[in-house]
Amino acid sequence: MTFSPELEAKFARLLTSYPPGRQRSAMVPMLLYAQDEIGSITQELVEEVARRVGVTPMQVEEVLSYYSMLHRKPLGKYHVQICTNISCLLTGGEQLWQRACGKLGIGHKEATADGQISLEEVECIGACSWAPALQVNYDFHHKVTPEQLDQLLDSLRKTH
Amino acid sequence: MPNSVKFTINDRQLEAPAGTLVIEAAKRNGIEIPSFCYYEGLALQAACRMCLVEIEKAPKLMVACTTPVAEGMVVRTESEPVRQARKYMLEFLLSNHPLDCPVCDKGGECELQDMAFRYGVGESRFTEQKIHVDEKQWSPVVFYDMPRCILCFRCVRICNEGMGVNALGVINRGAVSEIAPNHGDHLECDECGMCIDICPVGALTSGTYRYKTRPWEMEHTGTICTHCSNGCKTTLGVRNDQIIRGNNRDRSGINGEFLCVKGRYGFDFQDHPDRLQSPLVRLDGKLEPVSWSKALEVVVQKFQEVKGRSGTVGVIGSNHTTNEENYYLQKFARQVLATNNIDHHRTGDVVTLVDAVSGSPAALATTRDLYEKKAILVIGADLALEQPFLSFQIRANYRHHQAHVYVVTAKPVREDNYAAAFLRAEPGAELSAVESLRDKLKGEPELVILYGDAMKGGAVRKLAAFGASLGIPVQYVPLVDYSNSRGAADMGLTPELLPGYKPLGLTGMTVAEMLAAEDLDLLWVVGANPLKNAKLQAKKAFVVVQEMFLTETAQIADVVLPAASAYEKNGTVTNVCGEVQRLQKAAQTMGAKPDLEIIGLIAKEMGVAREMGPWVPDKVFDEIRRTVRGYDIPVEAIMTGGAAQTMPVNGRIPIEVRVDSIRSAHDNLFTSGTLGRYSKMLNSVLEKRLNRE
Amino acid sequence: MLYNPPSPLETKVLTRRFGLPNSAAVDTYLATDGYKAFKKALEMKPDAIIEEVKVSNLRGRGGAGFPAGMKWSFVPRNSPKPKYIVVNADESEPGTCKDRLLMENDPHQLIEGMLIAGLAVDAHAGYIYVRGEYRYLIEILDKAIAEAYDKGYLGKNLQGSNFSFDAYTHSGAGAYECGEESALLESLEGKRGIPRIRPPFPAVVGAFQCPTILNNVETYCAVPPILRDGGAAFAALGVPKAGGTKLTCLTGHVNKPGVYELPLGFPVDRMINEVGGGIRGGKKLKAFIPGGSSCPVLTAAECEGLTMDYDAMAKKKTMLGSGGVVIMDEDTCMVKVALRIMRFYAHESCGWCIPCREGTTWIRKILTRFHDGMGRKDDINLLGDLAKNMLGRTFCPLGDAAALPTISIVEKFREEFEAHLDGKPCPYEKELVTA
Ligand SMILES: Cc1cc2nc3c(=O)[nH]c(=O)nc-3n(C[C@H](O)[C@H](O)[C@H](O)COP(=O)(O)O)c2cc1C
Ligand code: SF4
Ligand code: FES
Repeated sequence: MTFSPELEAKFARLLTSYPPGRQRSAMVPMLLYAQDEIGSITQELVEEVARRVGVTPMQVEEVLSYYSMLHRKPLGKYHVQICTNISCLLTGGEQLWQRACGKLGIGHKEATADGQISLEEVECIGACSWAPALQVNYDFHHKVTPEQLDQLLDSLRKTH
Repeated sequence: MPNSVKFTINDRQLEAPAGTLVIEAAKRNGIEIPSFCYYEGLALQAACRMCLVEIEKAPKLMVACTTPVAEGMVVRTESEPVRQARKYMLEFLLSNHPLDCPVCDKGGECELQDMAFRYGVGESRFTEQKIHVDEKQWSPVVFYDMPRCILCFRCVRICNEGMGVNALGVINRGAVSEIAPNHGDHLECDECGMCIDICPVGALTSGTYRYKTRPWEMEHTGTICTHCSNGCKTTLGVRNDQIIRGNNRDRSGINGEFLCVKGRYGFDFQDHPDRLQSPLVRLDGKLEPVSWSKALEVVVQKFQEVKGRSGTVGVIGSNHTTNEENYYLQKFARQVLATNNIDHHRTGDVVTLVDAVSGSPAALATTRDLYEKKAILVIGADLALEQPFLSFQIRANYRHHQAHVYVVTAKPVREDNYAAAFLRAEPGAELSAVESLRDKLKGEPELVILYGDAMKGGAVRKLAAFGASLGIPVQYVPLVDYSNSRGAADMGLTPELLPGYKPLGLTGMTVAEMLAAEDLDLLWVVGANPLKNAKLQAKKAFVVVQEMFLTETAQIADVVLPAASAYEKNGTVTNVCGEVQRLQKAAQTMGAKPDLEIIGLIAKEMGVAREMGPWVPDKVFDEIRRTVRGYDIPVEAIMTGGAAQTMPVNGRIPIEVRVDSIRSAHDNLFTSGTLGRYSKMLNSVLEKRLNRE
Repeated sequence: MLYNPPSPLETKVLTRRFGLPNSAAVDTYLATDGYKAFKKALEMKPDAIIEEVKVSNLRGRGGAGFPAGMKWSFVPRNSPKPKYIVVNADESEPGTCKDRLLMENDPHQLIEGMLIAGLAVDAHAGYIYVRGEYRYLIEILDKAIAEAYDKGYLGKNLQGSNFSFDAYTHSGAGAYECGEESALLESLEGKRGIPRIRPPFPAVVGAFQCPTILNNVETYCAVPPILRDGGAAFAALGVPKAGGTKLTCLTGHVNKPGVYELPLGFPVDRMINEVGGGIRGGKKLKAFIPGGSSCPVLTAAECEGLTMDYDAMAKKKTMLGSGGVVIMDEDTCMVKVALRIMRFYAHESCGWCIPCREGTTWIRKILTRFHDGMGRKDDINLLGDLAKNMLGRTFCPLGDAAALPTISIVEKFREEFEAHLDGKPCPYEKELVTA
């Protein structure tokens, strides 16, 4: 499997970040970074990472299925993650969530037909004092109003 | 007690070695603390929380499965808070568990069901929707029903830790966590079924047993597996003379709970439709069914005729018939047919070793030693595939006692994974590789050496000399193949040695020589298939075969006498480590008879039954005990379902054994000579594997 | 840089560089006393460093509030194994968003704290376990780490001494349970985030099965000021049994939500009304969570005279927790709050132990049905009963974290549950819609 030079460099650094014989530690970061590049965690990737960190594919599967940010299915180009946990709930996070679902016509962990946007209702993302908050991929959007949400989704739809 | 601590459980003053877990300390004193995830010998989990107990001064209930006893500790296992906690733990557990006990395979022997009766709440307060997931088939033998799974992780641990196979894992998290097989939708593993056996509920069920019967509808008989030489004890569940299940859930016998795929599922040859049910006699060139009396008449007539004219007789015995049968077969051959042309398929060099270590009665290791001794050296054998229980023992030794394991084999083997050192050596080159381990081995306090069929004759002597030169106690296991290979050699099914390795002045023909002898007049084959890959040169020889199936050998026979399987008779067998154990008849034979009985009937017809007799297995065994060197074992041990090791090590054997004919069949986990060919289950597993390749 | 307008009522110790131009840069750090404490510590004996931390009365800021100096002293001195410093930057406790600011605005303070911890227990490598969602922080931290290597504050023979130290970031991938210390260590080893059986505790068997100090970001960040200005000065900022300041995340229905550094023992009503600018829309306070969703909820009455410190909270049978303060006004539906909290724990339960795995799911199902208007009277008692059956019986404290808020809400807001019975629609639903 071939990755971009930047990703390979990240892998190389990860594999030397841990004590000797502990390369397995690199597994989760590797999967996450590779997912960012590939879009999802494919079987091929599972096998590749297993080989590189010296475990079996099943051991990778056990681990990856535990973490909620690791996805076996492709996400949208823009993965919109709306927090509805307590602080966001109190400040309108749930309404944002429903609004986004309605506007895009998709639900939790679903992507638009063109693969542009996917939605996920997420647990607390550590933006509680700036609630309601959401993340588009890794970018935070704080104190989001319904209007801002509309604008955001529109802009994501347009950018290709 | 050294380092022991005093404590009380339920007001009883108790004492146990420091470090003992509360749950174990309680168990050893007859106090039951319920648990699902705690399992002796496997990694601690503290996951099921069933074992919560009250410990004075602790702020909350503690899990007995990971808390060690301490001086002055006061434990209560039946107080109100403990009962309450247990009750509600069960309620939690049952909340998502289907209540399909009436159709579940585990019904009647389900640990969850038992516990619900003993400690549970009557009615669940759970009124929500349960999780439903379809049942999955992971292999011909393993089915998984996720909703029934209580996530005790026993299966994962027995597979990873016990078997070293790592075929099971846990995926997802939270309430949707489930057990998963190593290849997405299917398992690629030893198919040992240990996971099914160890499952406390009906989440894992077996392809051979599922939906066939209820546990209480079967008769259970503890006997010995008839496949490989390891001699695992197995409990056969039988209904209407059909063996439905094999397991060793009571963990008795040398193997505890261990069974491999053959032991657990490979019993189904027993009611294979091709089983011979009636004697066959060649009439006009064709084998035709006849009555027992007719067949015996033909046999005896021929025996007497050949004997009368001092014709050439060959007798080939079996390595899976009982000691009693083997002993009587050689006795009959030598005394009645007056021949030393008696042999069997030899699979390992026991004799040279017995001679080489003569005088050191402790030189032969038991299966227990493989679990207890500090260091183990494996030479020329893929134990995990060929000697599965021995492999299990060594792995357990490594896990529990950090034993140092050394490996010298031609190809990579499972033991490499945890070996202190492993070397690759082609057959014949093992000794020099072993030599290079000398310094390491000398540093060990003790050693057990297991060697395969590549080591024979001079090589075994050199190996024994090497062992002696280490200056530490060394024990050996000469590896052999079949359920009674060791017993066949011990019982004198050899042309050069009488029972107990008593040398004969003269010597008879080996199997190969018999097959090659053009003047052979009579060939009597009991429980063997020498013609599988060979030809009988003597065109005129009259061939009598005692067999379960119409094997290649039986096909050319003049008379075929249908024989009982090991599961249909009593007697003793001797495993690879020389441990004698008792077969117990689990099922009735169909038209077949045990070989001992058949030999007896022939003897009776020939008028020698009385002088040779008695013909009862236990009585024959008495004679063996009296006359066969090493077999004077405590009979109570084996009568009660245990094992006793034979010690044929007092005295030299002043002849060179004919090691040229020693050859292991290298049956793997899924093959077992003739028996394996007639096991549907083993074949379906094999087929699945072949299809994948 | 993410930061809210500071409040004049704050005592800015850990956050003193927040708001400076380029506050994350090493030059800014060095220009404002940065790495001074480390240099001082280089001259000190390990025992003296630990003693200083003990004197400071610094208690762990991750939630449990265990005295940091004491934890450090548990690391065996004579172990031949390498030792590790692990930073818990998993920050996933709902209501909490303070570690994020510390790493974003002043990453070198964290690195310096790790270095001092390293000196205290003879550790030479440290890992910052950052929750996967905080990707941008990993970039900030990596940059800071590179700068520190550049300036001789990481790497070999630091500042001419014979002390060497390497620091690494490690990304999580979405799992609240990985904030629990032993699950974090499993996760750091590339495994499922299942907690470990304890004892042994991380101090003895931690990262890579070696002795380890594991603390929260804020705990490490407090160490440079403690060494610089002395443990006693830090202790004096707080209350007798808990020294220093606490970063407090005001969230929910307040006018000025934000992260504020307040001395331990700060009065709750002043925090809400003066620091937080009062309840939004002039409404009344209904309920208050002092330190993240794992803490039992307090009623407005219980907040009277209450101060933000460990012991005061313990007296009210709740916890100071992580500093995630959640303020709920009179229009908040407590059934909905209970449901949302339980949904979180059911989603995050690792699934290892029965009471947590089954208990959280069961309670979530009841609350969902309840909130949908299909509640039954018996359910109210059942909810409390189930939560109590989880409490103290799970493998790790996540089970307690799920049970405690549930028990408190059912007990203290029972009438709200009763208001949902018999098909009655949620009386608060319309209010919630006005975001
Ligand atoms: C379920 C659970 C989640 C936790 N999450 C976090 C977390 O996100 N960040 C954190 O610092 N501590 C968290 N903790 C607390 C840690 O287990 C640990 O006590 C803490 O990191 C120790 O650091 P401290 O002593 O500096 O507080 C969590 C604990 C539990 C039981
Ligand atoms: S309480 Fe049990 S199931 Fe829950 S997170 Fe902890 S160990 Fe996992
Ligand atoms: S036996 Fe102790 S928790 Fe399962």
